[in-house]
Amino acid sequence: MNAKRLNQASYYEASARARIAGLVDAGSFDEFCPPALQQTSPHLALLDAPLAFDDGVVVGSARMDNRPILIAAQEGRFNGGSVGEVHGAKIRGLLIRAVREKPAAVILLVDSGGVRLHEANAGLIAISEIMRALLDAQAAGIPVIAVVGGSCGAFGGMGIVTRMCDVVVMSEEGRLSLSGPEVIETVKGVGEFDAKDKALVWRTTGGKLRRTLGEAAYLVDDNLDAFRSTLAEILGIARPDNALAALKADQAALTARRSTLADSADGLDIWRRAGFPAPEQVPMLDTDTFNILLAAHPLELAHE
Amino acid sequence: MEHFQITLSNSARADIRQPVLCGVVSSGNLEVLMMQSDSGGICTVDVNTSAVGFRDVWQAVLADFNERHALGGMKIAINDAGATPAVVSLRLRQAYESSRSETQ
Repeated sequence: MNAKRLNQASYYEASARARIAGLVDAGSFDEFCPPALQQTSPHLALLDAPLAFDDGVVVGSARMDNRPILIAAQEGRFNGGSVGEVHGAKIRGLLIRAVREKPAAVILLVDSGGVRLHEANAGLIAISEIMRALLDAQAAGIPVIAVVGGSCGAFGGMGIVTRMCDVVVMSEEGRLSLSGPEVIETVKGVGEFDAKDKALVWRTTGGKLRRTLGEAAYLVDDNLDAFRSTLAEILGIARPDNALAALKADQAALTARRSTLADSADGLDIWRRAGFPAPEQVPMLDTDTFNILLAAHPLELAHE
Repeated sequence: MEHFQITLSNSARADIRQPVLCGVVSSGNLEVLMMQSDSGGICTVDVNTSAVGFRDVWQAVLADFNERHALGGMKIAINDAGATPAVVSLRLRQAYESSRSETQ
């Protein structure tokens, strides 16, 4: 009864720990580097800034649908889920461990604005180490799945890490991009991008656009049970083809997209191009209706 | 940041088999870590707070919490980002309740 209620709770609203508890098999989670060890950020301590005992990320092993997995969950409410040296080392260590332990998958619950600016170069290096470890895990045949549905989305270095994953699962609330809206507005001006226009932010970075463009493979409702059942489904199917030919085909499609979608400034342009009957209504659609419409009107990108 | 340790005496013994963490360090919030220690009728509380100059208030809130709960032999560590006394009390009680539900 209690577990049932928990699983229907919002993923967006849940803490990193509550997300893991709501997604994995009950009682199966075993945390690595737990908070009791107090492995906090030496950089934040030097800056006399607040610390977190887990440095804003929870990592460990668990079972999902009785399959062994490794899982990491970033805590978006601690410094925007930003990746510092310790935070990054925990994710990197998890990916290195995957090569040794061969779990069914590594699941990254991404909720991050990117590098922790307080930690400067150490944070940047941490991100690049995560990328290298992620490639090593994939080369060893371990699928890496990214989940994006938290308040910080997946931006900066963690946006890149998310797109490197084999499968991306998002909710409409999730956002995925490189530079965040405020960053674009600051650098290029409000005429280029109005970060206060939340509808615009979601039409250009949100889950529905990412699903339409094929960057997210699944769009699910914002509740723990919807994420859990989709992740279980992914674990049950053969992993995506990472052979060189498939990667080259992906690269060609992305290259073609740069020209075919060059004049698209807004999700509305994309949905119009895909042939959605009422593009301006797309942000208001519920997830099921959106998924049905997308199946009927997939975005065709001409390959050159 | 201000860092200090507050020691509480309590003859009622705590029973925490697994360390418990409650709360997230974000503006106006805090995290509370509760662990068993071997210090008999003493509970030590390590406070790391961004609000400088409120040690007396922490002392009062923790003394009140100590009167109502079995804290002997417990070690508490707190990372605080400016939570109000009411939020601190709530979080302490939440951590205490979760430590009990996880030992049963």
